[in-house]
Amino acid sequence: MTQISVTVNGTSRPAEVEPRLLLVHFLRGKLALTGTHIGCDTTSCGACTVLLDGTPIKSCTFLTVQADGREITTVEGLAQNGALHPLQEGFKEEHGLQCGFCTPGMLLVSKALLEANPSPSEEEIRWALSGNICRCTGYVNIVKAVQWAAKKIETTPVG
Amino acid sequence: MAVQEEKPGWLGKSVRRIEDDRFIVGRGNYVDDVVLPGMLHMAVLRSPVAHAKINSIDTSRAEALEGVVAVVTGELLAQHNLAWMPTLSGDTQAVLATDKVRMQGQEVACVIAEDAYIAHDALELIEVDYEQLPVITTPQAALEPGAPVIRDDKEGQTDNRIYHWEAGDEQATEQAFAQADRVVSLATHYPRCHPAPLECCGCVADVNPATGKATIWMTSQAPHVHRTVFALVAGLPEQNIQIISPDIGGGFGNKVPVYPGYVVATAASLLIGRPVKWIEDRTGNLISTGFARDFHMEGELALTDEGKMLGLRVRMLSDQGYAYADAQPSKFKAGLFHIVGGSYDLAATHVVTDGAYTNKAPGGVAYRCSFRVTEASFFIERLVQTAAYELGIDPAELRRRNFIRADQFPYTSATGFIYDSGNYEPALDLALEKVGYDELRAEQKRLREEEGRLIGIGLASFTEVVGAGPSKNFDILGIKMFDSAELRVHPTGKAILKLGVKTQGQGHETTFAQIVAHELGIPPQDILVQHGDTDNTPYGLGTYASRSTPTAGAATAVVARKLRDKAREIAAHLLEASPEDLEWDWNRFYVKGSPDQSKTIQEIAFAAYTDLPEGMEHGLEGVNYYDPPNMTYPFGSYAVVVEIDRGTGKWEVRRVVAVDDCGVRINPMIVEGQIMGGLTEGYAMAAMELITFDEDGNCLGSNFVDYLLPSSWETPNFELHETVTPSPHHPIGAKGVGESATVGSPAAFVNAVVDALAHVGVRNFEMPVTPDKVWEKLVEVGLAE
Repeated sequence: MTQISVTVNGTSRPAEVEPRLLLVHFLRGKLALTGTHIGCDTTSCGACTVLLDGTPIKSCTFLTVQADGREITTVEGLAQNGALHPLQEGFKEEHGLQCGFCTPGMLLVSKALLEANPSPSEEEIRWALSGNICRCTGYVNIVKAVQWAAKKIETTPVG
Repeated sequence: MAVQEEKPGWLGKSVRRIEDDRFIVGRGNYVDDVVLPGMLHMAVLRSPVAHAKINSIDTSRAEALEGVVAVVTGELLAQHNLAWMPTLSGDTQAVLATDKVRMQGQEVACVIAEDAYIAHDALELIEVDYEQLPVITTPQAALEPGAPVIRDDKEGQTDNRIYHWEAGDEQATEQAFAQADRVVSLATHYPRCHPAPLECCGCVADVNPATGKATIWMTSQAPHVHRTVFALVAGLPEQNIQIISPDIGGGFGNKVPVYPGYVVATAASLLIGRPVKWIEDRTGNLISTGFARDFHMEGELALTDEGKMLGLRVRMLSDQGYAYADAQPSKFKAGLFHIVGGSYDLAATHVVTDGAYTNKAPGGVAYRCSFRVTEASFFIERLVQTAAYELGIDPAELRRRNFIRADQFPYTSATGFIYDSGNYEPALDLALEKVGYDELRAEQKRLREEEGRLIGIGLASFTEVVGAGPSKNFDILGIKMFDSAELRVHPTGKAILKLGVKTQGQGHETTFAQIVAHELGIPPQDILVQHGDTDNTPYGLGTYASRSTPTAGAATAVVARKLRDKAREIAAHLLEASPEDLEWDWNRFYVKGSPDQSKTIQEIAFAAYTDLPEGMEHGLEGVNYYDPPNMTYPFGSYAVVVEIDRGTGKWEVRRVVAVDDCGVRINPMIVEGQIMGGLTEGYAMAAMELITFDEDGNCLGSNFVDYLLPSSWETPNFELHETVTPSPHHPIGAKGVGESATVGSPAAFVNAVVDALAHVGVRNFEMPVTPDKVWEKLVEVGLAE
């Protein structure tokens, strides 16, 4: 067993884990953060996407011990003080989800995109999302949801 | 166009989805999210070979591993008469192999352990001695005389044929062909693909040792049917089985069958006395669960020189894998494939179908296909396109000349379907207008001649048949295919609606609330829609084949109207008027001529518990089991524009114009979401999705690296349009839409690629139309760059 300390959604979570424990299992099993899903086991579908120090990673092929001393954001960490993130609102407004299974991963990839590029083109959004599979929507409304959020962020006064 | 009447109401409104609130914050509740005290974990050992005799299974090393609680084999299950189970089409399938394995990936043993990692470790310690047997991977080889009999476990099974089934009139069809000026033929294979919902299958089975009650959280599109199957398989009393299908991460038909994992986990929980969780991995999902298609089709169309269709002959051979495990209405051995005449007025049709066992995964279940209508629609729309080229008639014009006319509905087809309503020409006209068909044809010619560029325009004018179905024709394992809704209005005017169907993303919690809102005036946000829990919902056959709105949606409207009738009596009592003197106005009854004298549904609901007319039963609730009088027949016309890269064979989609007519739209936003999802999967089948096998029966599409799915990068944009032809027999005129686009669009995509090369005599590409196939053709016809 290995002693680690990971910050998850702003809270420090010290833990003893097996070196082979996948990060997605740590989040879902040990921390009961079940919003992060498992879709393929091979880094292909992105359902397990979380942010590692702000960068999207696929937690189904990432060891928990690799996250020692680092910051993880999951879907549960998106809403702040009871207020939804604009992306969460955008996905509902634009019908960017159906079964909801890919949604957490899509939200986190989009968050990283908008932080790096606040007003992406459709092509840039499609490229950013291309590591995440959605079987339900056909992506068009996901793209619109990201655009909705970008606009909302742009037009909302800071502070 | 008439001015839209401004009226409060809930039909046709894009209400934002009620269910989204939990999904966008990561608070959905999928099967893998269920954790119970003392829960054990199960992992499945699968056969590495496609066909073999099992000489022995040694589980001793696995059992000795610390943390392993039990190892279950077929031999152990056989002692409890559980080694085999029935399929939804009346065949049998092994739960765990006893005598032989008959496909790669077949379930051989299961480890139950304290932890999922230990369970998987233990799989490596099980030793199985396989004696390999000859492998059959095609239905043609399976039906060769002398082919090894795959299902030698079945008494009386002397070959690999599963069924032979015919529809239509052979003699009349032969006569039609005798009169034909032209006969056009097509032979094609709709390849095996996989629904691959993003969530794999799984369950948590919890059998209480004290009461014997089995509670099973399960990825199920049809929880009530699964409860009945469990009662039949395990001999458990049905009141002691509760199936809970919580949030489902996509289904597309993949979660209709009963899988061995569910049965073993339940048996293990029963034997051990602790809850057992089984979560399938992606490879397990792709190689062992219900695949789709694998239909080999050939047929001919008889025509006059003017392009009038006289008759249609189709022969279809399906590769069912080692078990016939489709969810299949028992009367129709090849599902509803015999609607292969599609949108065309054909006086004579004859359809011959055969199904065969092979050493591949069982199923053919679905994938958004409405009981094999996908294959039928693909075939006729490809054949019509071929005929257009052969006769030198524009593909749009040939369709137009042969459509069933609006005045022919209800239309009885040559294979016995009674199309409820349709108006095909306006849908095609709208698609042509929106895509700019005439200009495109001119542009296609110009670009080809002046710049050597290859543009293709593909059309498909599909007719669907959904909403199974009327009990006189439709049953699964004898259970009639009705569906149900139970509605209870609480004293404060809020309501709970319980359904026999089960969403997997289709938005039932919003759409069905809107139906109640439309009928009773209770706003959707005041209505809780409950589904998936067999202890708390009325019996129904589940969600697949686009049947929820046609069946349970109808039940919802009917039960809401029943409640409205009772509400009228209560309102009359409150208003001291006679019930006949009351008028209904979307959420209230008022006295005719005195609109101020009224009672809202909320006031009436309160009175149902507090102030009733004498002799009336308390409460405001009811249930309806709806047996549809007919199927519904959604239709549409799609136009796809592609350009082929002569340097690589790659084809790019330039436009997708989709005109859908699914009758009355309850929530247009959700309807369009369904259509876009279906178009994407249709594109995927046409372009990339393929489950194939090598000659030894190894599955070559066993993960998402090898089984290609479209991402946001490949998926085109869609231009959606509609016409509205209500169903005459559905209470609110809706028809169902979940599968229209997967039924209609694959042919449009393939037709487009073919069309780009039709001028040099190309008539067919086999799906998936990958760049290498197009490249080879470009080389062959001298157009490669």
